[in-house]
Amino acid sequence: MQTDLLTEARRQAEICNACRYCEGYCSVFPSMHAGRAFSDGDLTQLANLCHNCRGCYYACQYTAPHEFDLNLPKALSEVRRDSWESFAWPQPLARKFHSHGGAIALALVLGLALLFLAIRAIGSAGGAGFYAVLSHNAMVAIFLPAFVLPLVSLAISLRRYWRSVGGTHLRLANITHAVGMAAKMKDLAAGHGDGCNFEDEDRFSHARRFAHQAIMYGFLLCFAATSAGTVMHYLFNMPAPYPFWSLPKLLGTSGGLLLTLGCGWMMVLKLRADRHIGDIGAWSGDLGFIALLGFSGLSGLALYAFGDTQAMPTMLALHLGAVLTFFLLTPFTKMAHGFFRLAALIRDAQRSIDGNP
Amino acid sequence: MTKSYDIVVIGGGNAALCAAMTAAEAGAKVLILETAPKEYRGGNSRHTRNFRCMHTGPLGPLVDDYSEDEYFADLMKVTGGKTDEHLARLAIRTSEDCLPWMQAHGVRFQPSLSGTLSLARTNAFFMGGGKSLVNAYYRTAQGLGVDVLYEAAVTHLELEADRITRVEYTHAGQNHSMSPKSVIVASGGFQADTDWLTRAWGPAAQNFLIRGTPYNRGVVLADLLEQGVQSVGDADQCHAVAIDGRAPKFDGGIVTRLDCVPFSIVVNKNAERFYDEGEDVWPKRYAIWGRLVAAQPDQVGYVIIDAKSLDLFMPSVFPPLKADTLEELAAQLDLPASALCDTVDQFNAACGDTTNFHPTELDNVATTGITPAKTNWARPISEPPFYGYSLRTGVTFTYLGLKVDENAQCSTQNGPIANLWAAGETMAGSILGQGYLAGFGMTIGTVFGRIAGREAAAYAN
Ligand SMILES: Cc1cc2nc3c(=O)[nH]c(=O)nc-3n(C[C@H](O)[C@H](O)[C@H](O)COP(=O)(O)OP(=O)(O)OC[C@H]3O[C@@H](n4cnc5c(N)ncnc54)[C@H](O)[C@@H]3O)c2cc1C
Ligand code: SF4
Ligand code: SF4
Repeated sequence: MQTDLLTEARRQAEICNACRYCEGYCSVFPSMHAGRAFSDGDLTQLANLCHNCRGCYYACQYTAPHEFDLNLPKALSEVRRDSWESFAWPQPLARKFHSHGGAIALALVLGLALLFLAIRAIGSAGGAGFYAVLSHNAMVAIFLPAFVLPLVSLAISLRRYWRSVGGTHLRLANITHAVGMAAKMKDLAAGHGDGCNFEDEDRFSHARRFAHQAIMYGFLLCFAATSAGTVMHYLFNMPAPYPFWSLPKLLGTSGGLLLTLGCGWMMVLKLRADRHIGDIGAWSGDLGFIALLGFSGLSGLALYAFGDTQAMPTMLALHLGAVLTFFLLTPFTKMAHGFFRLAALIRDAQRSIDGNP
Repeated sequence: MTKSYDIVVIGGGNAALCAAMTAAEAGAKVLILETAPKEYRGGNSRHTRNFRCMHTGPLGPLVDDYSEDEYFADLMKVTGGKTDEHLARLAIRTSEDCLPWMQAHGVRFQPSLSGTLSLARTNAFFMGGGKSLVNAYYRTAQGLGVDVLYEAAVTHLELEADRITRVEYTHAGQNHSMSPKSVIVASGGFQADTDWLTRAWGPAAQNFLIRGTPYNRGVVLADLLEQGVQSVGDADQCHAVAIDGRAPKFDGGIVTRLDCVPFSIVVNKNAERFYDEGEDVWPKRYAIWGRLVAAQPDQVGYVIIDAKSLDLFMPSVFPPLKADTLEELAAQLDLPASALCDTVDQFNAACGDTTNFHPTELDNVATTGITPAKTNWARPISEPPFYGYSLRTGVTFTYLGLKVDENAQCSTQNGPIANLWAAGETMAGSILGQGYLAGFGMTIGTVFGRIAGREAAAYAN
């Protein structure tokens, strides 16, 4: 990892550790105040506990022009991205996509092209509905590796992370605690429950938390829709297309709506927020990623809306291309943060519940 | 500024904001003139962390009870009786009502910070500290229609008979004046004016560090005193504590505190000890050490500890100097090495049985046969590496201020000034003549800020 980023985060953490005024805001501070000196692993863990709510920036009496020049959200977000990039496998991909929205756009174009090509070259094998455009087997052949490979990559990254932050044996209680925190996005409410200082300087608002909830639950619903379809296909021998009043459609439509709106909202918030209180280098990559995710949702909805028209094959290619790109990029884009954050929360539960520093 | 205002509030800290919000809620059109730029708004209030609050039963973050009498007794202890009982009790009694008022105006509280459990009953901590309190108040005030002008330095209030007829200030390089119906002064003490401090204290004051804002230079205070407005307190009284000698001249704030003195020996620049380092727990002694250090040559002290004490106190903002031998440490601190070794040797020889050592309680682990004695936590300085800090006097605020009555109203010899009120540090001397009780500054500012706002609005309406 980059020593200059770690050195700067350490300098700031040492000031915070003598101050402690922000202790109540989030999980970062109790964890920080548990020690006196900060190893690279400690800082990596702190960085992944921070979710850039900026409460501690606007509350800080030492921000520039003060000579202490505190900007903890920025320092931690830079270490955070560096940790994702350093632990990623293969690393060069992460170094590209985290910081370059353009690279993500390019990947999307490639993903779309691949799908159009597949439709052209393989086409239907006599299936109905979408499978009339691209055979079920072809879809599986494309998406199974696109799903499994990123998971393998993430597993490698997370293992590297776990080692670096000194994680110990996993216990169920650690995991349930962490999942509970994440499900409610407890930290995003800030210690007092008024939300983040994100889009309008020091005004507390839940906008970011709600937008993020919409994205996360929208994504999970879409994922559940696909899983439901898979189960129905293989276990019950009920291949697509499904009617509106079916599990895959209901989950998929509500999820798609949530995901699209959530991503749109998040982009608006991100455009309004002060870029200097985060990782400027990740700004375009993050925005590109949210756009990609939102486009996956939107194209899914469009596919449903125009499923019975001439435009269906085009819509299908757009949607599948976007989803394919999204999956493949998961370990190398902001999407990775969900996995790292969960790992960080589990690690923090080991510290706070098990007393394992 | 072409608009006309009912009330001008001078200052942009806690007291000013409490006054402005209260007056605006009463229907007055209020302007805040804050000399600091927006990034540095909020004076010393931006450095605070809690306020002391009376309560019957648990209240907000506060546990158990804290009665008026206990609160008052605590105050009397630290001021040695130099307290205006009537105003002090008014502040104490009203503090209970302040906590919910503060919440309603955007302040959020948090449980007592780690390392300050002893205050969980008496002091309510602001989540994020004083700057987040100030931010919340600015938002609320602006929502109430209060206008704020930053970088607006008030230079003169024109007193004619029993009224302030004009407020003069500079803004963006130009002189301005306006004539509001009421004026509230909440511009703090004068500690940032080193010349004034030096006149009052003597040349030693030039080496003092100022813990808070560089903007509290007492300009308005001096202007009013010159015009015969009644004052209270002495110019040579200030609250000062011993802080890390490497702290910046201004605005170092809370992080520059050093809690290691009880586990150390402290020497002056001649490497001589000069006071009992273990007289009491540090929160009860850090103010005394501010004065002790001020009385030493060059107004500096040096704290020496050894490896076994390093983890016994809150981490410091700057790491200590570190050396494997006392000679090396002396060189780093610029102290005479042989003198330091002698002092440490004598001290170590005077230490006795240390088995009862207890870092958080008075443990009576004392020296015998040296002067000054160390009466608690006396363990030999013997385990390398050795660590050193320099110690300087850090001024928190000054006591000289405007004398006010229970309506926060100012007066001259001839009686009350009809349209002038004062709140916060600038009138705190009306309540405490000396000494200080942690968290009482914000209590005074909140209570009297609200009173001043109420009275000024009633007069203006
Ligand atoms: C490091 C530190 C920590 C502290 N911690 C605590 C604590 O935890 N609890 C507590 O109760 N007290 C604490 N205090 C004391 C506390 O800060 C003060 O008692 C309190 O903030 C006083 O509030 P105020 O509004 O009167 O003054 P300030 O907050 O100092 O506000 C004065 C304002 O006046 C402005 N001003 C000055 N001159 C002019 C002018 N000529 N024209 C226009 N504006 C002017 C200044 O810019 C400033 O905004 C602390 C002090 C320091 C230094
Ligand atoms: S961010 Fe600033 S106010 Fe908050 S704990 Fe750190 S130094 Fe203190
Ligand atoms: S930005 Fe928010 S989450 Fe990150 S350290 Fe500051 S308060 Fe905690």
